[in-house]
Amino acid sequence: MAFDWLFFLEVLIAGLLSGAMYSLVALGFVLIFKASGVFNFAQGAMVLLAALTFVRLVEMGAPLWLAGVSTLMVMVVLAMLVERLVLRQLVNQAPIILFMASIGLNFFIEGTAQGVWDSDVHALDLGVPDLPIDVFGMLISQFDIFAAAMVAALVVVLAVFFQKTRIGRALRAVADDHQAALSVGIPLQTIWVVVWSVAGVVALVAGLVWGSKLGVQFSISLVALKALPVLILGGFTSVPGAIIGGLIIGAGEKLAEVFIGPFVGGAIESWFPYMLAMVFLLFRPQGLFGEKIIERV
Amino acid sequence: MNLSEFGRNSIWAAIIAVPMMISPAAAQQFIPVTTYDTGPYAVNGQPFMDGFVDYLKMLNARDGGINGVKLTWEECETGYKPDRFVECYERLKNKGEAGASLFNPLGTGLTYAVIDRAPQDKIPVISLGYGRTDASDGRVFPYIFPMVTNYWSQSTAKIKFIGQKLGGMDKLKGQKIANVHHDSAYGKETIPVLAKQAEIYGFEVTHFPVTHPGLDQKATWLQIRQYKPDWVILRGWGVMNQTAIKEAARIRFPRDQMIGVWWSCAEQDTVPAGAAADGYICAGFHAAGQDFPLIQDILKHVYDKGDGAGSKKAVGTILWNRGVVNAFLSVAGIKTAQKKFGNKVMSGEQVRWGLENLNLTAADIGSQGATGLVPPLKLSCLDHEGGGGVKFQQWVGDHWEMVSDWIETDQSIVRPMIEASAAKYAAEKGLTLRTGMSLGSECP
Repeated sequence: MAFDWLFFLEVLIAGLLSGAMYSLVALGFVLIFKASGVFNFAQGAMVLLAALTFVRLVEMGAPLWLAGVSTLMVMVVLAMLVERLVLRQLVNQAPIILFMASIGLNFFIEGTAQGVWDSDVHALDLGVPDLPIDVFGMLISQFDIFAAAMVAALVVVLAVFFQKTRIGRALRAVADDHQAALSVGIPLQTIWVVVWSVAGVVALVAGLVWGSKLGVQFSISLVALKALPVLILGGFTSVPGAIIGGLIIGAGEKLAEVFIGPFVGGAIESWFPYMLAMVFLLFRPQGLFGEKIIERV
Repeated sequence: MNLSEFGRNSIWAAIIAVPMMISPAAAQQFIPVTTYDTGPYAVNGQPFMDGFVDYLKMLNARDGGINGVKLTWEECETGYKPDRFVECYERLKNKGEAGASLFNPLGTGLTYAVIDRAPQDKIPVISLGYGRTDASDGRVFPYIFPMVTNYWSQSTAKIKFIGQKLGGMDKLKGQKIANVHHDSAYGKETIPVLAKQAEIYGFEVTHFPVTHPGLDQKATWLQIRQYKPDWVILRGWGVMNQTAIKEAARIRFPRDQMIGVWWSCAEQDTVPAGAAADGYICAGFHAAGQDFPLIQDILKHVYDKGDGAGSKKAVGTILWNRGVVNAFLSVAGIKTAQKKFGNKVMSGEQVRWGLENLNLTAADIGSQGATGLVPPLKLSCLDHEGGGGVKFQQWVGDHWEMVSDWIETDQSIVRPMIEASAAKYAAEKGLTLRTGMSLGSECP
């Protein structure tokens, strides 16, 4: 039987659109890692907190804009608390200590989010129909196209923020060299609050997209697992890396599941991205766009 | 009152009060409640166990327990993880006057984790509508009870239902069925019986595993689109369900040709899927809704007094009702045991006897206000399932509507498979089968 190229293209497009949604989660990791050197294990929990806060406010009668603004305020308060109670206390500690702290933070945020709101599943309708459109016989989800557009818009906004604003330039300075940034008077603590707040915004966008796809519930915190191979592939410090990495992982896992899966019993898309990332690590440990670490002795 | 008078009075008070304090407390039957209020499956675990506890609370409030024996329980969080369930099991098995009455793991993997322990501890494990199917053979699994309807029986009812929709079982020939299943012990459980039914009825079945938790299933559903099945059987759990329903809509697969297992069949699965869930059909071994005297009693004696285990809005939903049914059958086993051993606290071994001799007739169910909520069933030492039927329901936008009567399962297919599989298990484990039994006989 002849190879069905149209179907291949359909799988590839579906994979790229999924990958864009993985990038959305990976972006939050990258922002925090760049500015504070923390691999934020709690990013998934932040997605859950943001989505749960938003959807519960909407259910209580708040209009979408008010729910969005209120949730952003919650994420800013969270950023301030994290800076005051965690980061400030752990200045100059080894990265593994910061990582362990973020694991604790993860459980705290997960528990608080479910304790304050609930652990039920909530439907979230953003008004975008989740129906397929027919393109040359391929079915492509309207919602996935909308989600990809959201990712693109977010990347543009982040790029403008980092490149064109004063605070954005300060963020880049901190990311490049903490000591040098401090020496020219950039307040590190303020920058951490800003970065964690921006990561909170990214978490909100990710929470809205994944929440309206799956329903807002605990499981959306697990989307962080999808971001890990993206980070390994794209690099922990690169925004373009998170995007390109997401697209490669999304397309790779879907193509592998559809065209290799049937020969090995299926259900390979959960581990295939990790295998791909591991193979990649052998050749480029810093990821596609990560900064090459040069240690002088 | 002077000091010596105070001293004398104090001594008299102590003489009177101490025996009162050390007099035996009222008899209490201990039932462990292992639940998951956290983690990815909390959405399902919470209403289930709320229903379970609400029923026990109602019995204590309305009847003072069971035949004068108060019910007591302790919750233990498993997070739907087998290792944590084993910890809970070990911690709770010796609690109460006569130890744990029984366990309800609420998870197939969790049930598997204690299959070897339960006979040693002589504590029955009820796996209501889940668990290892061949554990229905009480000769090999004397302490495991996959009650009402096991997965294989359910599968035969599903194929019968599809046959009915097509206009006859002979119409199944040439049909293509996609089995979309959770890639776990639970999800794979029906693969053998589907193969057997495919052989008998001449349909084709292809299996599509989905890895936990099933957040993104595009690849699976694109494969299904290529496969072009006539029917999809869904065996999901948690977030996998609504994702599958939405993905089915994305490839324009008709939802009324999608038949879910009862663990893919709750409001938690359909409401988040929105309009995509309209028309979706799934199986059930009990009913939904509040229109049962038993549930009205729970509202009256528990919720109206502000003592509900969970939110009142969950009352009558599928999973909450399933928790009630689970507790109802657990208590029915204890009551049956009391008929033989007396109205006192029952040990796990005595409860096992009660479950094996449980004969829940329509009249019994009616007298407890549960007509239509639970099907009649009769267990024996050989048959730990009980022969319950399966009803099918369809989501119509905001509620379920029943679309079939109780459909009998096909034991001519299931029972020989159960016995063969159980015998294989017994041989592997070197177990000696309980002897001297036949279907429906008195238990030794």
